[in-house]
Amino acid sequence: MEKNIKNYDSNLLKELLYKMLLIRRFEEKAAQAYGLKKIGGFLHLYIGEEAVAVGSISNLDMTKDYVAAAYRDHGHALAAGLDPNSLMAELYGKITGCSKGKGGSMHFFDYDKHFFGGNGIVGAQIPVATGIGLKIKYNEEDGVVLCYFGDGAIHQGSFHESLNLAKIWNLPVVYICENNHYGMGTDFRRVSAIDDFSIMAESYAMKGKQVNGMDVLEVYDATKEAIEVAKSGTPYLLEAKTYRFKGHSMSDPGKYRTKEELELYKQKDPIVSFKELLIENNVITEDDYIEMDKRCKKIAKDAAKFAEESPEPDLNELYTDLYV
Amino acid sequence: MSIITMREALRQAMDEEMARDKNVLLMGEEVAQYNGAYKVSQGLYDKYGEKRVIDTPITENGFAGVGIGAAMAGLRPIVEFMTFNFALQAFDQIVNNAAKMRYMSGGQFKVPIVFRGPNGPAEYLSSQHSQATQTFFAHVPGLKVVAPGTPYDAKGLLKAAIRDDNPVIFLESELMYSWEGEVPEEEYIIDIGKADVKKEGSDVTIISYSKPLRYVMESAEILEKEGINVEVVDLRSIRPLDEDTILNSVKKTNRCVIVDESWPFVSVASHVGWLISYKAFDYLDAPVELVTSEDVPMPYNHNLELAAQPSVDKIIKAVKKVMYI
Repeated sequence: MEKNIKNYDSNLLKELLYKMLLIRRFEEKAAQAYGLKKIGGFLHLYIGEEAVAVGSISNLDMTKDYVAAAYRDHGHALAAGLDPNSLMAELYGKITGCSKGKGGSMHFFDYDKHFFGGNGIVGAQIPVATGIGLKIKYNEEDGVVLCYFGDGAIHQGSFHESLNLAKIWNLPVVYICENNHYGMGTDFRRVSAIDDFSIMAESYAMKGKQVNGMDVLEVYDATKEAIEVAKSGTPYLLEAKTYRFKGHSMSDPGKYRTKEELELYKQKDPIVSFKELLIENNVITEDDYIEMDKRCKKIAKDAAKFAEESPEPDLNELYTDLYV
Repeated sequence: MSIITMREALRQAMDEEMARDKNVLLMGEEVAQYNGAYKVSQGLYDKYGEKRVIDTPITENGFAGVGIGAAMAGLRPIVEFMTFNFALQAFDQIVNNAAKMRYMSGGQFKVPIVFRGPNGPAEYLSSQHSQATQTFFAHVPGLKVVAPGTPYDAKGLLKAAIRDDNPVIFLESELMYSWEGEVPEEEYIIDIGKADVKKEGSDVTIISYSKPLRYVMESAEILEKEGINVEVVDLRSIRPLDEDTILNSVKKTNRCVIVDESWPFVSVASHVGWLISYKAFDYLDAPVELVTSEDVPMPYNHNLELAAQPSVDKIIKAVKKVMYI
């Protein structure tokens, strides 16, 4: 990290660290609950990728901007300001969950906070996010949509169709490919004709940029610039090179990658490296960090307690929310 | 009352709803500058401009999804598929997003979108362009599925569909666009989920919807001359299904034929047949007969093509079978 961090507001810097840490501790707690069979189904952890959601979403005003993510959505939801209690309760399938226990891990939603999923079908959220962009333009609002998807989704027709539509209609959408190197067990280099996805933007006459997704400030800055361009009428494609420290989901031991590779990226842990940067530059002290970490652990613990103690949905809920 | 085509009735419905609500927009292939592949959107582009009548590239999955996102965020898009055969490219968006978004978000989202366009067997188009897709969509909870059989119903139902806060699949039979019927000048709405008794009768009920309704009415006239008094129930709406009207009619006539141009296996017809056997079993004097398309992809050859579909002959034969004649 070569940046001069004196150029950044110290509250922003602390906030970025805090949000990344909150995601990490929340997910560690979720993983623990999963191990205890309190949570079922798929649980796709975001651990290692926190800098991408936090760096990008920290640019947004969620009263007018929007976020649409895929199935690895815990980080985006927390970064967008959703209540950790309601998220953990959703993982537990409780009625107090953000989707009343009908969505689960892959389907976090918050209409009021402009969080449009949480989507379980690879790439299917990309046209939907584009449609939110259409609404912003149609109503002449000052807003932007951040649309997240993985390296597995970038080969989907939905991605290519969406970028083309967004460009011909000049929609305010920033497409963010979170390239964590593996689409489930498949190394992206085995199934991709190119290894820099940002150049795909050129096919649709828009700008693209590849950024280090392990560096929260680099993501923050690149997204800020991308949002400006998108709001001025040209959508934008960012590729954040990142890495997940866990398997694809809880059931995946991740044997398709080497220990050396994993270790290499763990050395680049976005939280640890950013914490060190902030301490070196006297933005925080080691004690501040410990304090912050305690706070995040408590929020995660309290969320689990809230989820644990929340009631199951009444069986009558089976037939609610189907039609308006 | 003026006599207009189904095409014009649909156009009027969209025009009136776009004039009424600025959140309503139309998008699809050739809907704007070309005035619609089947001319259903004739004149709307000139009247409402490119902001509200939007030409798309040939990307069904993409623009269906865009419509869904826009609907989730507060607009009321009408998405035209040039034909419902192409909607299969957008099947994922319709089934996984439009239909489920409300449920899996715990009721947070409304998805007020209409997917409309020509459906069903046409002529000389072979199997990829000539098929009835209603069963695919009717299977999915969270969708409403509508298929009008007259210009009058088409206008009133499309207006209801546009005002509905749920995703509605609106199926227009391709060969019906030029068919004419009476449509009043004044505004009216037909509620989705209400079947219509198109003809009262006492001997046998024929249940149908969409284009085959015309063959059913012709059959009823012929049968009438032979002294068989037919009641015709037009479903109009497949989901939700008006069970009461169906069951009341069968309880009255005690015999039933269902005419449906989709395939027979796990179809709208087979479901309605089951419904009757389950809820009106004691009233039946004969097993329910189905007249559906044959269980094959549509052939190109015209004789084979006609043989694959419900026809007046087949309907009459089925009626006589349930009458034991």
